[in-house]
Amino acid sequence: MPIPSWHEAVIQAFKDNDVRLIVYVPDNVLRPLIDAVTADDFFTAFVATREEEAVGIVCGAAMAGLRGIVLMQTSGFATLANVLASLAVAAQIPALLMISERGTLGDFQIAQAIVCRTMRPVLESLGMEHHTMTRLDEAHFIVDRTIKQAYKTQAPAALILSPLLTAQRASS
Amino acid sequence: MSPAPAKRNTKLMSRFELTTRLVSKLKHEEAVIGGIGNSNFDLWNAGRRQQNFYMLGSMGLTAPIALGVALAQPQRRVFALEGDGSILMQLGSLATIAALKPRNLTIIVWDNGLYQITGSQPTATAGAADVVEIARGAGIAQSAWASDEEDFERLVEQTLNGDGPWFIAARIDGKAPTAQTPREPVSIKDAFMRGVGTKPA
Repeated sequence: MPIPSWHEAVIQAFKDNDVRLIVYVPDNVLRPLIDAVTADDFFTAFVATREEEAVGIVCGAAMAGLRGIVLMQTSGFATLANVLASLAVAAQIPALLMISERGTLGDFQIAQAIVCRTMRPVLESLGMEHHTMTRLDEAHFIVDRTIKQAYKTQAPAALILSPLLTAQRASS
Repeated sequence: MSPAPAKRNTKLMSRFELTTRLVSKLKHEEAVIGGIGNSNFDLWNAGRRQQNFYMLGSMGLTAPIALGVALAQPQRRVFALEGDGSILMQLGSLATIAALKPRNLTIIVWDNGLYQITGSQPTATAGAADVVEIARGAGIAQSAWASDEEDFERLVEQTLNGDGPWFIAARIDGKAPTAQTPREPVSIKDAFMRGVGTKPA
């Protein structure tokens, strides 16, 4: 059996947990995942104009019974402190986030590098569960367990895709 | 010379009265998302409904939250009640809604040209900006100003009997709501989820 790629492991965990709504703001690292969910009828996948908007959509869907996740890159996460604090955390809505980690492990863009340093402190300040995915053999486990915990505990959660997992590409 | 914007010809109405008229027409457990501040306070004052979600923060996200509900439950009609200052924060969401064309979603904007709750500073709609023209430009073809109360009711009837997405704007006065929604986000969410059938009663 061929070893799946990271995005195949992620998609399997989404399917195992009935996460059908994928709202994203594009990122080059996320491209194989975005392409795959867009091509798969199991998912409703579309682009939002801002990450904050996407979190609003996923929160509304979660309350109404449709499980969803927002895909974004690090700089997009940096726009989310208010919506996470005042909607997802305050109302205990299991909004799921998947963040392509930029600005680390060789990224050439200084803006990404600076904003990257704010990500985990913001997640910690909000008291949000978050896990960094670095290994293919752990990918399904981390996504699967994080989704289950988010829904069981009615809390938002973030999954951070490290370049260690996503094949050390960090351009554009 | 282009003609004067249609909003200049519309009657200045009461947000509470229009909210009450809207709610009185909802007979099929339609979901209503009340935007931060006065939009949800007047929804609260218009009578308790389990299918109401009252936003206590996340300014600008009324339409996105309503879109999420509409996607999750395509058989239920969903209304977003938003202020002019709030919708101006998230104009991109109108383009997203236009692209997805949810048939069960209506966005209603109460436009008084004011950030009323923070001291009545003027919004851009107090000047040249026209939210109906913006919505139409974003791609929501069924966008209209309500010219008076009866016209508002007619437009709401359309949304209850036809395919959306719809966008309705009403010019309203600067009157403050008589009471405010309790600041209990978890209770509000739980009640809404029971109202839309995603949490046991």
